[in-house]
Amino acid sequence: MTKEMLKGNVAIAEAAVRAGLNAYFGYPITPQTELLEYLSARMPELGRAFVQAESELGAVNMVYGAACTGARVLSSSSSPGISLMMEGISYIYGTEIPVVLVDVMRGGPGLGNIAPAQADYNQIVHGGGHGDMHPIVLAPANVQEAIDITYNAFDLAEKYRTIVVILADGSLGQIMEPAELPEMKPLLMRQPDWATYGAEGRPKRFLSSINIDPAKHEIFNIRMEQRWQKIIANEIRFKEYYLDDAKYAVVAFGTSGRIALSAVRSARAKGIPVGLFRPVSLAPFPEQALYELSKRLEGLLVVEMNNGQMLEDVIKITRHQTPIDFYARTGGIVPMPEEIEAAILRMVEEPVNTTEHPRDRWLARLSQELIGGS
Amino acid sequence: MQTEIIIAGFGGQGVLFAGQVLAYAAMDQGMHVTWIPSYGPEMRGGTANCTVVISDEEIGSPIVSRPTVVVAMNKPSLDKYENMVKTGGVFIVNQSMVDREVERKDIHSVMVPANEIAEEIGDKRMTNMVMLGALLANLNILPVDAVEKALKDHLPVKHHKLLPANRQALEKGSSFIAAPVS
Amino acid sequence: MVQAALEEQIVYSRPESFTAVQTHYCPGCTHGTAHRLVAEVIDEMEIREKTVGVASVGCSVFAYNYFNMDFVQAPHGRAPAMATGVKRVLPDRFVFTYQGDGDLASIGMGEIVAAAARGENITVIFINNANYGMTGGQMAPTTLPGQQTSSSPNGRDVEVMGFPIRTAELLSTLDGASYVVRRSLHDPKNIRMAKKAIRMAFETQKQGLGFSMVELLSVCPTNWGMTPYQANQWVQSAMVPYYPLNDFKVHPALANFRV
Repeated sequence: MTKEMLKGNVAIAEAAVRAGLNAYFGYPITPQTELLEYLSARMPELGRAFVQAESELGAVNMVYGAACTGARVLSSSSSPGISLMMEGISYIYGTEIPVVLVDVMRGGPGLGNIAPAQADYNQIVHGGGHGDMHPIVLAPANVQEAIDITYNAFDLAEKYRTIVVILADGSLGQIMEPAELPEMKPLLMRQPDWATYGAEGRPKRFLSSINIDPAKHEIFNIRMEQRWQKIIANEIRFKEYYLDDAKYAVVAFGTSGRIALSAVRSARAKGIPVGLFRPVSLAPFPEQALYELSKRLEGLLVVEMNNGQMLEDVIKITRHQTPIDFYARTGGIVPMPEEIEAAILRMVEEPVNTTEHPRDRWLARLSQELIGGS
Repeated sequence: MQTEIIIAGFGGQGVLFAGQVLAYAAMDQGMHVTWIPSYGPEMRGGTANCTVVISDEEIGSPIVSRPTVVVAMNKPSLDKYENMVKTGGVFIVNQSMVDREVERKDIHSVMVPANEIAEEIGDKRMTNMVMLGALLANLNILPVDAVEKALKDHLPVKHHKLLPANRQALEKGSSFIAAPVS
Repeated sequence: MVQAALEEQIVYSRPESFTAVQTHYCPGCTHGTAHRLVAEVIDEMEIREKTVGVASVGCSVFAYNYFNMDFVQAPHGRAPAMATGVKRVLPDRFVFTYQGDGDLASIGMGEIVAAAARGENITVIFINNANYGMTGGQMAPTTLPGQQTSSSPNGRDVEVMGFPIRTAELLSTLDGASYVVRRSLHDPKNIRMAKKAIRMAFETQKQGLGFSMVELLSVCPTNWGMTPYQANQWVQSAMVPYYPLNDFKVHPALANFRV
């Protein structure tokens, strides 16, 4: 296979096609629109289903219906559009339907802007719908990783009959990089033993997330939580860079992870023993690996493009044993490598204790820099 | 070894395409490369820029605040990027679109009358390729041949009639540096 | 004297498309009638094994328990979108939604209009009983002017609460809609006409003509505070004048089809 220059959004779309995508339903929203545009030509060309829905509500429920037949189905959106899909996401989870969603995050809250951000962390990793659910959340940091994750996402969703969310951001959606696309899988019309595609020669089936009897629903919830334990055991993924001799580490995912890599290299060139821990599966989160790592470190720097969402998880995971510092830009501002490098230097030169909340220090500093005064 | 290049100008000057051609050429040479546009409301009619990072190892950040090289296609880009170019870096300015010289002395700056050169070739749309040619002559990471080949390999076939003009523009831009006019 | 054995003649039975369970519907409710008509049509067309139904949210949320065919159940108002998803990956199956007026004409107005405009090749059975049944009789988009409900206790004041929506008329203006009619379930004659219309709607889908919908005026004796008899009379006297029983859109290709 040779490498092609591929834009993130298009690469994800084509990887899904090659994974045997039967149908795509979506609604235009920047910065994921190229994904929809690409599939609007590609899917009909292959005789597969494509519908530009009337809204994200429409899109997610078309996904729901199509996936109930056993088909491989994808939708994509960006932050506020994903918020609008939450009802459907909860129903899909509650019906145990395998579905793959792509969230190309943008600056918020509100209408915000179309620049890259990572503020959907909580709404996806800790949320999805109105609670008591766990989508599998995977955060690629470059185009090749986005392709590989997308290509395998359908198998993963079907293995656990659950939702897989590919959590990208505007930067990954828009970037072009050389990458290799996998081979085209044959298109199948799957008929799994739970799917509703017409009860020909078998008893009828129905698919619903309703459980009017709370006792039954509690059992469902416990069963799904047991399944989640299996997912934790099998599906954790992360990348480590320069950690063998590290005394410090940056923890960052997706785009902020790859930007942090530049900062880490630059700091190492100045003699600072720092590495990078980049979670790829945000749910399940690589808790054990991070905990073990943190035990031998003198400091951790969490870097995100939000107000400190993964930060809370890292604090919880490291159990207040390791000093944690925090650096972030939000609202669509992307941190530059130099800013992260400066934060690494600060972590080393002005060690913090474990009692103060890292967000407080960050907020004080950024307030001073951006707004001024007290 | 890593080189960061920002190409900036008005929307419609072909800055995004020039960056893509450069990225294709780097990819064909087996290098790691990223191309990322600025995008947004400024997409239509306003300023546009793209960042190309070329490296011999896995690229971390695709965006930079201190680029090695900047190609400024217009006055706003000259003003915006002059202070961002890394010390010792290269700043290539489209002389046709600006009314001042580069002030910094710690960078290598080159003024190219790219509009005039493109008009000489007979196609004003070639301004971006003239500037790219000038960039290549000052950068020493990719030969002009590699970019010409990238154009041929990656330009959609329906645009292949423009290949000779593109090639001419690249070469004129490149050789302009070798024989500067005063 | 030896008589010849009496020949048994079955004149009435449960359609195969129905399951043998008791429904949860209130006495006198016409949901059961509407269900049965749909089941009979599906039996007559011999498409039970090729049909996927989409239940909605409202009193008919459990419809999947009563129909003997594959069923999915949509979030409130989203049945046309879900049906679109099923139909687009399985275009040779018959897909129908079964929705009430709160579901279809209030929270789901976006989805139904978009599905009709796309000419989505699905059939919609729309139950209009002028109130929200499941939640206890609140005002619906179809509640008549002046009609008392649990959330319009002094009657629907159109100055404050706006006007009812004539959904069939509205959807019939869309080019993608091929068969849009209104019928009523308040007496045997109208029930027979309703069944014919449901057959026409499924026929529309069979011929690939696009969106089809039958709006059915229905009773809700419990929430209306009436006996079933009074309720059926109220449909005749109050609802039919506001919601005329009519063919609002019939695709020319259906002209020669006779049920």
